[in-house]
Amino acid sequence: MKEIPHGEWRFWYAQHKGTLLAAALFVVMFTIYVSNHPAGFTANVVQTASNKAALLAFVAMAQCFVVITAGIDLSVGMILILSNCLASLLVVGTPFQTAVGVIAVLLTGLACGMLNGLIIIFGRLQPIVTTIATSAIFFGLALLLRPTPGGAVNETLADAFTSKLFDVVPASLVVLAATLLIFWIPFSRSILGRAAYAAGSAENAAYMSGMPIKRAKFAAYALAGLMSAIGGLYLTFFSYTGEAAFASGNAYTLYSIAAVVLGGVSLAGGKGGAVGAVFGALAFRTIGDLLFVFDLDPLWQPLFQGIVLMLAISIGSIGLARVRNRLEWFQ
Amino acid sequence: MSEDASLMRRSGIPSRLRRVDPAVPIAFGCILLLLLGGSIYSSNFLSPDYLLQQLKVASFLGVIATGMMMVILLGQIDLSIPWVVAAGAMMACAATAYGSFGSFLAVPFGILCGAVIGALNGLAVAYLRIPSMIITLATNAVVQGLMVVYTGGFAPQDAASPAMRFLATGYVIPAIPNGVLVWLIVGILAVFLLVRTTFGRSLYAIGNRERAAYLSGIDTRRVTLLAFVMSGSLSALGGVLLAGYASKASQSMGDAYLLPSIAAVVLGGTHVLGGKGSYLGTVAGVILITLLQSILSVMQIEEAGRQLIYGVVIICMLLLYGRQKLS
Repeated sequence: MKEIPHGEWRFWYAQHKGTLLAAALFVVMFTIYVSNHPAGFTANVVQTASNKAALLAFVAMAQCFVVITAGIDLSVGMILILSNCLASLLVVGTPFQTAVGVIAVLLTGLACGMLNGLIIIFGRLQPIVTTIATSAIFFGLALLLRPTPGGAVNETLADAFTSKLFDVVPASLVVLAATLLIFWIPFSRSILGRAAYAAGSAENAAYMSGMPIKRAKFAAYALAGLMSAIGGLYLTFFSYTGEAAFASGNAYTLYSIAAVVLGGVSLAGGKGGAVGAVFGALAFRTIGDLLFVFDLDPLWQPLFQGIVLMLAISIGSIGLARVRNRLEWFQ
Repeated sequence: MSEDASLMRRSGIPSRLRRVDPAVPIAFGCILLLLLGGSIYSSNFLSPDYLLQQLKVASFLGVIATGMMMVILLGQIDLSIPWVVAAGAMMACAATAYGSFGSFLAVPFGILCGAVIGALNGLAVAYLRIPSMIITLATNAVVQGLMVVYTGGFAPQDAASPAMRFLATGYVIPAIPNGVLVWLIVGILAVFLLVRTTFGRSLYAIGNRERAAYLSGIDTRRVTLLAFVMSGSLSALGGVLLAGYASKASQSMGDAYLLPSIAAVVLGGTHVLGGKGSYLGTVAGVILITLLQSILSVMQIEEAGRQLIYGVVIICMLLLYGRQKLS
């Protein structure tokens, strides 16, 4: 983006290159997947795939909000687990009770994100360490709520959110798109969103020019908590239970970072967007699915997944390719 | 990495004054408070037996945190700790399957495997310029995959060799467990490296501003590579000690060490963006975290409460002395 853009489309392309690459990667992978799938390209295959991917997509979106401000949220996985445990307690009963339960879960996620934001912005602590510590707190709360796996969920609601609309479009994809429309688009177009990008690319300059840096960062962390809570709700819709599982919380956190990087969001901040992150998450989930259609020995799956992950994110974030001058190593 | 001017000025302070960093005395103060608080609960907390037992448990975390500190001083991070620890333990145990010769080489072989993984991380970070958070995350996944193939595909040998058991739990000097001695040796070497060698100075310089370090003639890429190799080797050594302590290697044995090792380094006053910190602080951080975990478990607080208190205490201590300067 250093040259002067020759026209509007070129500027638009420079800004959305990462997102487009992620979308292309996903389309290629999904095509390979579907063409090797015994059932082929049917609504059911798409529904299963999108349901599996939606969980990660929500956490990736959460991570994206924070990464844009050049922060990192290592607690998204544990907020997801906490929301899952809470939802397995509250999202049951009559429609009214269920609705109250859903709102309570979402508000809890929001509160978790706000807690992160408060400590990081007003406590002036580093995001990495803060979110490591708060993730211990969130996991502790999840364990308090669900010392043993169990619980239930309003199954009508759960099925509605994981089935197909008009027998074609997976409901999870619709919810995903709606979340992007309701939260991401207004945020990224607002002053807060601009300030979040500015904080990620040049915090001092943005501060000097009077942008609401603190409010933007706070909003980013709070929204990250909310997005993770939606992911937690979805986990409950799929599994019908709540479980305070440490390993899976950690896995979601780590995969969310991978998905965000695959989606063209720079960990240095100020670059990329939630749409890219969602495509990154979809692509990352497809890696796992590819193994099934190629009939690999299950034993080799983690290794294969690891190597593909390593190659994909290494190519995506290799700094060497952008270097024109040795000093650019160090930027 | 940090743009903070006051931080850069601080790097000019000689190492002797650096030790007066307020974080270190506060961390040791917190250790004393923990011990005193614990001793109100039970007088056993002040007995030499209990304290030595704590040191023995702390030595595993201490060895791993030493490697983590080298990497954090650079302004990088090593998220591959969990499976490098497990790989070090498993590979060392695997070597014992090859008779007495393998048994003899078990410990060095385990460490070598860690060094190879560390070198992979270092090459990617230093020469390919891939952000450390990403590449170490990926290495972790790959090593996990390798270990799953290894434990599932071949008959795994998961019992520790007598040498490993001796290294972790034996006694060369009466009353002082060998694990503590290993940590002591690693610690002395680390302090020597950080304070007395150009390598150590380069670590601080790169952590402060890699560009300036490069322009002043430091081979920043080699230093970065070496730091990651050290982190990998020390994590593997930690795994070897753990396997010796538990007499066997297992899949998720490293999971519990990633967050505590980062927390220990940072609680010890090392700046998480690099360039500032002392080994004494890391020692304090390691002891602090081990004591905290131990006291919570002795008080028979359930896992949920332990996690909660653990998180809250770390946040409170960081708010006490880990805050960034206003820019």
